[in-house]
Amino acid sequence: MTITEIQEEIVDEFSMFDDWMQRYEYMIELGKSLPLIEDQYKVEDNIIKGCQSKVWVHAELDEDKLVFTADSDAIITKGIIAILIRAFSNQKPQDIIDADTEFIDEIGLKEHLSPTRANGLVSMIKQLKLYAVAYQTQLN
Amino acid sequence: MLEIGLDIQRIRKDFPILQREVNGRPLVYLDNAATSQTPQQVIDAIVEYYHGYNANIHRGVHTLSQEATDAYEEARKKIQAHFNIARSHEVIFTSGTTHGINLVAQGFSSFISEGDEILVSAMEHHSNIVPWQMLCERTGGVLKVIPMNENGELIIEEFHNLLSDRTKLVFCNHVSNALGTVNPIEELIDAAHKVGAAVLIDGAQAAPHINADMQALDVDFYTVSAHKMCGPTGVGILYGKEEWLNKLPPYQGGGEMIAEVTFEKTTYADLPHKFEAGTPNICGGIAFGAALDYLNGIGMDNIAQYESDLLQYATEQLLGIEGLRIYGTAKNKTSVISFNIDGIHPYDIGTILDKLGIAVRTGHHCAQPIMDFYKIPGTVRASFSFYNTKEEVDILVEGVKKAKSMLL
Repeated sequence: MTITEIQEEIVDEFSMFDDWMQRYEYMIELGKSLPLIEDQYKVEDNIIKGCQSKVWVHAELDEDKLVFTADSDAIITKGIIAILIRAFSNQKPQDIIDADTEFIDEIGLKEHLSPTRANGLVSMIKQLKLYAVAYQTQLN
Repeated sequence: MLEIGLDIQRIRKDFPILQREVNGRPLVYLDNAATSQTPQQVIDAIVEYYHGYNANIHRGVHTLSQEATDAYEEARKKIQAHFNIARSHEVIFTSGTTHGINLVAQGFSSFISEGDEILVSAMEHHSNIVPWQMLCERTGGVLKVIPMNENGELIIEEFHNLLSDRTKLVFCNHVSNALGTVNPIEELIDAAHKVGAAVLIDGAQAAPHINADMQALDVDFYTVSAHKMCGPTGVGILYGKEEWLNKLPPYQGGGEMIAEVTFEKTTYADLPHKFEAGTPNICGGIAFGAALDYLNGIGMDNIAQYESDLLQYATEQLLGIEGLRIYGTAKNKTSVISFNIDGIHPYDIGTILDKLGIAVRTGHHCAQPIMDFYKIPGTVRASFSFYNTKEEVDILVEGVKKAKSMLL
């Protein structure tokens, strides 16, 4: 599936919920099911700055696709990462670079998009895209 | 028992912001240790200033300037009276507590030589650690830390052991922002003076709850922020004993702080203007005065009594939640409760509480060394003011229970 298709799928899933509580409960479930990053990558260098909770992200190429793994010590943050990883992992770096992130707004998590928000969702997206740029350069 | 002496419902009507909703629920504002809310009386003082007599102060020949100067100086006198300060020129207007601390730290560069020691407490806000580290880097001074125990109380015996004739300055907060501990500053001040050291107390977290008397404390410097005392942000005061303020060099150069200027030499103005370079926060200063009028109208003792009852109630209720641990269990503390729940990150609790309209603070509260001491990433901090109610405590407790059930 393309990034856009996955994003549409996520928006569809979230549209089933009537209120914030159900959305958050779902996000917490997603957080709990996030495949864990290997311990060797949970190092200072992989921590995304600007988050009140700790967020580690690791990226590696699988042929021409970029695979992300991540973790956080806060479960809601983990849920947000799980959504991002679902949308962006296993995609070509150039597609990740070109992707927009408006679906975050559509699933009712707009409040997390503010650059000053302590969870650093914006920093996370930026970090995923930076990895994509780095690996795109490598592929070229 | 909670309504002793205070008509809270009437008081709450003074605060327009308390009527609003957040995420579809009535706001429960429990982040008072970060900033307090503003009563209509203070908002009116701000509006009246800009409606009626906004002008630059001191030396103005026209009526508006004179009116603004009178109001600003009147505010200084209100502050003087509130903190029982001997002379009005011992009140230096600042932009807030951090500014006051930096003013003293900068000035003390001249008095600190290599090997001289500065003692700071283990429960300081970052703003209280960094200026002293910078001072030590400039001068070769040595920073020593007064340790604390598990309850979040200073270990006073250790303080006495650290104190020596090399100690030039002791710095401590009156109340810890992260834990709410009220520190025994009277003892620190007396002991420091015996070895000839000066004492600067950060009163930012104490002043909203405790009526601090500068002359009784005999403290050398004390600094507060208006915005924690129902006043506006960007203004505060530094109290300094006249003899110290005369000794300290000016902090910033600019207008207002000079007596005479030629290209060869400048003579500095007298106190307090020597430390008040440039156009000050005139409106803020006046509004700070109005905020003190408001607090004194209610009565600081009434406020302290009410908040103490509220703290006791909130502590009991929160401790009823399984797995909840409170950090900072000093015998003497203000209405601040820092807590965590086993297995849950404070950020997650704060996020759910926000969705429920409850404003708390999460994180390290700019006091990383305290978090390192307890080996935790941070805490959830609920801080109560005299306009909070027992019902709001109940809403918090229900909110925390809800968060726990969602997150675990």
